[in-house]
Amino acid sequence: MAIRIEKRAAASLPLLYATPLLALGLTLLAGVVLFLALGVDAGAALYHIFIEPFETLSSIGEVLIKAAPLVMIGIGLAIGFRANVWNIGAEGQLTLGAVASGGVALAFWHETGVWIFPLMVLAGILGGMAWAAIPAFLKARFNVNEILTSLMLTYVAALFLSTLVYGPWKDPQGFNFPQSRMFNDSETLSLLVEGTRIHAGVPAAIVIALLAYVLLERTVTGFEIRVAGLAPAAARHAGFRENRLVWLSFLVSGGLAGLAGTLEVAGPIGQLVPVITPGYGFTAIIVAFLGRLHPIGILASGLLMALTYVGGENAQIAVGLPRAATGMFQGLLLFFLLATDFLARYRVRIAARAEARP
Amino acid sequence: MLWKIDRRRFLQGAAATTALVTASGIRAAQAAEPLKVGFVYVGPIGDYGWTHGHDLGRKAVEKKFGDKVKTTYVESVAEGPDAERVIRQLAQQGHGLIFTTSFGYMEQTLRVAKQFPKVMFEHATGYKTAPNMSAYNSRFYEGRAILGHIGGKLTKTGKIGYVASVPIPEVVMGINATAIAARRVRPDAEVRVVWVNSWFDPAKESDAAKALIDQGVDIMTQHTDSPAPLQVAEARGILGFGQASDMKQYAPKAQLSAILDIWAPHYIARVQAVLDGTWKTQSTWEGFKEGALVMAPWGDAVPAELRKEADAMVADTISGKFHAFTGPIKNQKGEVVVKAGERMSDGDLLKMDWYVEGVKA
Amino acid sequence: MTADLLVPMFVTVIGAATPLLFAALGELVTERSGVLNLGVEGMMLAGAVTGFGTVVATGSHTLGMVAAAVAGAGMALLFAVLTLSLLANQVATGLALTIFGIGLSALIGARYVGTPIPAMPKLDLPGFTDLPVLGPILFGQDALVYLSLAATAGVAWFLSRSRAGRILRACGESDISAHSIGYHVIRIRYLAVLFGGALSGLGGACLSLSVTPMWIEGMTAGRGWIALALVAFASWRPGRLLAGAYLFGGVTIIQLYLQGSGLVQIPAQVMNMLPYLATIALLTVIAGGAWRGRLDAPACLGKPFSPPS
Repeated sequence: MAIRIEKRAAASLPLLYATPLLALGLTLLAGVVLFLALGVDAGAALYHIFIEPFETLSSIGEVLIKAAPLVMIGIGLAIGFRANVWNIGAEGQLTLGAVASGGVALAFWHETGVWIFPLMVLAGILGGMAWAAIPAFLKARFNVNEILTSLMLTYVAALFLSTLVYGPWKDPQGFNFPQSRMFNDSETLSLLVEGTRIHAGVPAAIVIALLAYVLLERTVTGFEIRVAGLAPAAARHAGFRENRLVWLSFLVSGGLAGLAGTLEVAGPIGQLVPVITPGYGFTAIIVAFLGRLHPIGILASGLLMALTYVGGENAQIAVGLPRAATGMFQGLLLFFLLATDFLARYRVRIAARAEARP
Repeated sequence: MLWKIDRRRFLQGAAATTALVTASGIRAAQAAEPLKVGFVYVGPIGDYGWTHGHDLGRKAVEKKFGDKVKTTYVESVAEGPDAERVIRQLAQQGHGLIFTTSFGYMEQTLRVAKQFPKVMFEHATGYKTAPNMSAYNSRFYEGRAILGHIGGKLTKTGKIGYVASVPIPEVVMGINATAIAARRVRPDAEVRVVWVNSWFDPAKESDAAKALIDQGVDIMTQHTDSPAPLQVAEARGILGFGQASDMKQYAPKAQLSAILDIWAPHYIARVQAVLDGTWKTQSTWEGFKEGALVMAPWGDAVPAELRKEADAMVADTISGKFHAFTGPIKNQKGEVVVKAGERMSDGDLLKMDWYVEGVKA
Repeated sequence: MTADLLVPMFVTVIGAATPLLFAALGELVTERSGVLNLGVEGMMLAGAVTGFGTVVATGSHTLGMVAAAVAGAGMALLFAVLTLSLLANQVATGLALTIFGIGLSALIGARYVGTPIPAMPKLDLPGFTDLPVLGPILFGQDALVYLSLAATAGVAWFLSRSRAGRILRACGESDISAHSIGYHVIRIRYLAVLFGGALSGLGGACLSLSVTPMWIEGMTAGRGWIALALVAFASWRPGRLLAGAYLFGGVTIIQLYLQGSGLVQIPAQVMNMLPYLATIALLTVIAGGAWRGRLDAPACLGKPFSPPS
């Protein structure tokens, strides 16, 4: 008996939708085993992870606001990943976006007006872009590996933010604790839905996903990006300028990360603090690939990741599931999703030796 | 039975759930229903540092009250939006008392406290309070003064090492308390500080300790979470102090003592207050007197006479005879900031952002 | 600074660089075969906790090292099955492996929090270790340090001189050609990934057995990521990797020593930025000059391969 793997000419559409369900089923099974081994009520744990977050409006809102930055950043990264540009430093670009928009907020702290918030958004996007421009420049000009530069700059960004909030930007009335003043009302996002924390970032993420879909599927630039990723040599041959794609990828992903950072500080945080993000920039990398680098897929995968975080906390509260077990469970879910993706893209032929017989 | 059904329906409204807790009269009637106490931790309970200490406090609450309480904890909760969600979730799930154990949870605790006026909140190491939100903290500096005194007496080189995390007032205060006490007994003593910019990175903490020892430090103190610096002290044959918990098993020879963070008395008192219906908002800063700090048993390297002196310092701190920040206190430029005989106020201490003479930071 | 300071400082640098060197060296071999495994942090933690637990149970540091390598390789096997056999996306799978490894190691390690173990014994050759300057550096380290250097030399030799090494590189540069010449690309990549995992596990063991003999959740504190960056810094060459790991470790340590000297009045945050900035700056300088055009990643890095039929 021989097993042969054949790539499908086009991914099987029904399977593309069916495999995530299969993965979910496998994860539930594995979860039962894991939770029982830990002596936790498995049924209850799974209920709190997957069902409870949908039971109340406020909880749905929590999933949405957790997903919004992941989706935004994930989409930006996906554009780069499609073109084989490896921006691993969205975390740092998010931080710089927060620094830039927070800087505007603090500079105009005594002012009010509808113009302040748009200015913050602009500053945030430019801040993220500026931070992303460093690896883009070094890559385009000196061919310096962007994995290294973007990752290292993430640490620098965190320390830079820390320098500011421990120093010149700390709240004068804040007992010398490392945090800025709370932004004023013109500088913070209002809540869109009563009883939830849903803010403008949620619709923004959806709009960005749709725009990205149009860019990637319907424009020449989108075509260039896809070709550069799939066949770099062909792309060069066709005269697509590689450096242009490097710049485009970094500026788009940096800008979106900066926007996400802006919405975090202007939204649920409301001030600058030493740490803006619980790893959104890194989690978004998984989100991007889990969504198969497709804007709509990323929308779904972002929601799923957010769900596991919110649900994991619920399970910790309700049945005492340790944080470490949630992490393992997330890992398993991702493994199954990534593994079953295989079925949609490849065909497994089990060729019995029988045919060799006369 | 009827009551039960009613209660279940009652439970469905989040706000209503929480009303249970305050009305202590109702509580007494429902002896079967335990008070749910929530804890929000910034690190994992396995950090063997800050969060580990708070979790010991939680366990003490469980032990003390048995089935009258039910405790819940959520670990590794990032400061910011995630914290607000967790705190709110705890409140919605019927927790009557919630401890949030990191400074970075202050604004989030405040926001949720406003939404759930019937739930009691206790926030550690901050300064904001509300009718249903207290602030609590420990006077770690009282213990730091003891370390400074012992260090000043035992140092041969006159250099005391300090592996520090981030320059928040609490850490700055600890460094200063150490330096003031050390220079009282060893006027040329200096405190050398290395910032690792993290509360938790054992290998880097250990490297920082090595950097200090190689430059002549012979007494090691730290304000980061892991036992790494003390472990280095042991390996290099110098002396040092544990942090937050007794770390003697990591440094049987080197550990002179350690300031133990004991959160249990505070947690037990506040749970009792809720059970009795006497909980009121407050802002507490507790030390040796209240049992929030305890010195770990003296190590073999502390001579008998020095033990007596240190014990006396602790006793005098409790009686109020001794205060770590009593003038004259000079700043790094040598200018007198606190006049002889004066004591710094709690308000000035809580926002301390300058170093005293003898600190090299 | 005098020799009495420089020598112990260099010894500290060795301690800081060795975990990075191990993990990065493993990842280098993995990447040279064409596979990008971002799960280094997770594999390091698995190695750290398993190595630690083994020492607690058996008292043997040797067994601890072996167990750490096996645990790292076990994690890598999981990654290999997913990415090489099931052709899952490598970047996402690697990140998932990190999330998984952080959780797994914390669960396994819960019982070890607060447990001390003896540090790894250091080499002590009477007459040699006491030599001035070079003695403590060359003859005063523990087994892991010597092993890391030997492994670097071994990998350098393997990749550039051995036939097997050339085959491995061929898989990374052009999987199709390697396949058409008749090599088992997938099998070779499996071995490279497992080797990478084993060395990551040893990198974790460096921390939990040698640098800070203890177990604490998440004790690698992001070193897996630095290791990944160092592979790119080294432009996938073992010799440069050795330089990179010691450079990064060196700058980290020097800034701590400068702080400890009490002479420098620069904000600590800025000092702590130095290793990252130095790495970027140096690579840029080199990229603009000596190594120009020779910095490219293996051509097939991160791309799945299924044998055409």
